[in-house]
Amino acid sequence: MTEAAPVVQSVLETRFPGVVTPDERKGYEGYIVTKEKLVELATALRDEMGYDFLSSVTAVDYLSEEETNLEVVYHLYKSTGGGSLVLSVQLPRDNPVVDSLVSVYPGADFQEREAYDLMGIRFDKHPDLRRILMWEGFEGHPLRKDWKEAYHNEDTKPFSNRWPDGQIFRSEDKNPYGKNNIYPVGFDPTKWEATEESLLYAGLGKAVGEKGNIETDYLVVNMGPQHPSTHGVFRMAVVLDGETIIALKPVVGYLHRNHEKIGERNTYLHNMPFTDRLDYISSLSNNFGYALAVEKLMGKKGAPSERAEYIRVIMAELTRISNHVWAIGFLLNDLGAFFTPALYAIEERELILDIFEATTGSRMMCNYFRFGGVARDFPEGVLQKIRDLVFERLPRKIDDIDAYLTDNEIVLTRTQGVGILTPEDAIAYSATGPMLRASGVPYDIRRADPYGIYDRFDFDVAVRYHGDCYDRFIIRLDEIRQSIRILEQALDQIPEGSVISGSNPYQVRVPAGESYGRVEGPKGELGFYIVSNGKPHPWRYHVRAPSFINLTAMEKMCIGQKIADVVVILGSIDIVLGETDR
Amino acid sequence: MSEENKLEGLNKPEYEITPEMRSNIAITTLDRIYNLGRRYSVWPLMFGLACCGIEFICTAASRYDIARFGMEVMRPSPRQADLMIISGTVTKKMLPQIVRLFNQMPEPKYVMAMGACASGGGPFKEGYNVVSGIDKYLPVDVYVPGCPPTPQALLHGLMKLQEKIDGESYFKRFRERKENIEAIPIPILGPDIIDPRDYEIIKNPSKSKVAA
Repeated sequence: MTEAAPVVQSVLETRFPGVVTPDERKGYEGYIVTKEKLVELATALRDEMGYDFLSSVTAVDYLSEEETNLEVVYHLYKSTGGGSLVLSVQLPRDNPVVDSLVSVYPGADFQEREAYDLMGIRFDKHPDLRRILMWEGFEGHPLRKDWKEAYHNEDTKPFSNRWPDGQIFRSEDKNPYGKNNIYPVGFDPTKWEATEESLLYAGLGKAVGEKGNIETDYLVVNMGPQHPSTHGVFRMAVVLDGETIIALKPVVGYLHRNHEKIGERNTYLHNMPFTDRLDYISSLSNNFGYALAVEKLMGKKGAPSERAEYIRVIMAELTRISNHVWAIGFLLNDLGAFFTPALYAIEERELILDIFEATTGSRMMCNYFRFGGVARDFPEGVLQKIRDLVFERLPRKIDDIDAYLTDNEIVLTRTQGVGILTPEDAIAYSATGPMLRASGVPYDIRRADPYGIYDRFDFDVAVRYHGDCYDRFIIRLDEIRQSIRILEQALDQIPEGSVISGSNPYQVRVPAGESYGRVEGPKGELGFYIVSNGKPHPWRYHVRAPSFINLTAMEKMCIGQKIADVVVILGSIDIVLGETDR
Repeated sequence: MSEENKLEGLNKPEYEITPEMRSNIAITTLDRIYNLGRRYSVWPLMFGLACCGIEFICTAASRYDIARFGMEVMRPSPRQADLMIISGTVTKKMLPQIVRLFNQMPEPKYVMAMGACASGGGPFKEGYNVVSGIDKYLPVDVYVPGCPPTPQALLHGLMKLQEKIDGESYFKRFRERKENIEAIPIPILGPDIIDPRDYEIIKNPSKSKVAA
């Protein structure tokens, strides 16, 4: 919460008496809102108080002996910077219905669908309320606490059958089907009819509307999930009029790995390696966000040591560089320059990965951050290697990439003026990261709501103003240059000392409460929402994935463009499916 | 067997070739010459599922250079591919597409399970949307351990696949299997994933071999 919180509170309480009450639970800082007035309140917050950016929508299942409520949690921010405003709406378990906020914040679209899919909360007046990560027809809402999966062992780890005697059985042997499957009692597979596709196409039909007078047929094209330029298992259903796009629906969930359900079973430290696998191109940024969220809950005990803070910044910025060169390389891939620019990009990335491998032990899945520091110090010689890279090689190589690509005629014609996102739309659709800043909104969490020690460094927030694919490409080069600036300062200032405050425990004590830790990841705002009830495992663990939410604006950007441009627009958003689907 | 020995092996079965003809003539079996061609022109399907797909791309890039094994010709179409590298977590939602892609590949085809997830579910095994190993549905030829496997590990896996190809017999693989090659039934997305081969067990779980 910010210093302005008392003002907001008094305004809210005078304007909405009886609607808004401060959350009194220990460790909670938000407001509880009655569900009838939610849309009215959100409109007032957006238009009058400047909370125009809806960062995250999620739901929590507070199932216990005393309580059965479901709760929808909203995190609002101002696009001019500052702390969060947390609203929550409590809903009865047997009929969880709340008004949709899509009309106020279009960025709530996918997130509300996710809450519907995984938690079973119905959002009234939502334009297209379908399942998003699982398929239509899937039995149950998996993130509810009373829903058990096929391989369910126990609620929390470590499982008692594995420890201390080490008797391990294979889950397959306990499951009647020998597979990770479970069916309702008396289910007859021969009578099953799938509804998934028909509902998707019905949604597309709604978007298309009535045809004009001209005798013509629209064409539905499915791109993906196996398509060389969808950056993984991503699918788009596109309706075409000739070559022009008139409707587009992203279909995600092909890599839904149940990150959150597994995360709620793990202990806090257990989850660190899982966060690596969210955005697998930039695992250290994910570590950073998760560590921040848990440290916030831990309070003073979780504060990292001085050297660790610098190491974190160095690692996070190196990650940003490696992510952005990769993104640029593959954007060019999508433009048709197959693999040659990507080879230049991968060359630089490999050098950064060498540093990660030397320090953390792994090229990609670093699992390096700990609560209160990092796992280990740089080995001998690695700091010098980073210095060589940052002071000598990288600036030169980035200039090279710049020289090869920026004025290239094909790049210019294919990207300029394509996939425009206006600043108003970018904020409304909750776009973050390079996508938001390329639209002319100078919002960078490292500046707007600083975390770690970013307030000590001198750097500029990269902004471009056209909001087209070209700007989204060029802003990544700008950001790499700014990252190099931060790295130069951090490498000069890094102090000696311990890399972790206190000991390096396997189990951390996390007091009850909720926290939302967010970092400026390479793809955008990466947030971790954690609800703790004082036990060794998080009660609710939610990831606000930038790739996933940036996709909400995809349809807006594509309509009116040609089918060939879809690939470019998608490439310029830079999604990673591990994070999109989680 | 080193590379040199393999090429020397072309001259078996041993027929006496006069020294002046040795640079021009080699006598060998059909299997050997056929497999020699196949092992150096395995075309992988351009297909990445998750994290392992990134390491797969790195393997194809300049530092590790998969082209040394003749495998750089990645095909996005299954009709032109020989090798399917399952590079990442197989989810239930993706499974029907993977099986369909496999069915569309022409024989001889190979499947490589790259990484822990594809081999057995990996860290996500217990997840409700995760298939615990692609070998529950497709015949896997090579498993590559790691999470994700480093490019070196993937290259090792590819060399193992080449060894497997070396040991195959043209007649065994095609003549005898001809009748047996049939498409794998495509799983259906029901209340949970439904394998059409398991209809009986699903209707009657008590019939299954494993006790619940």
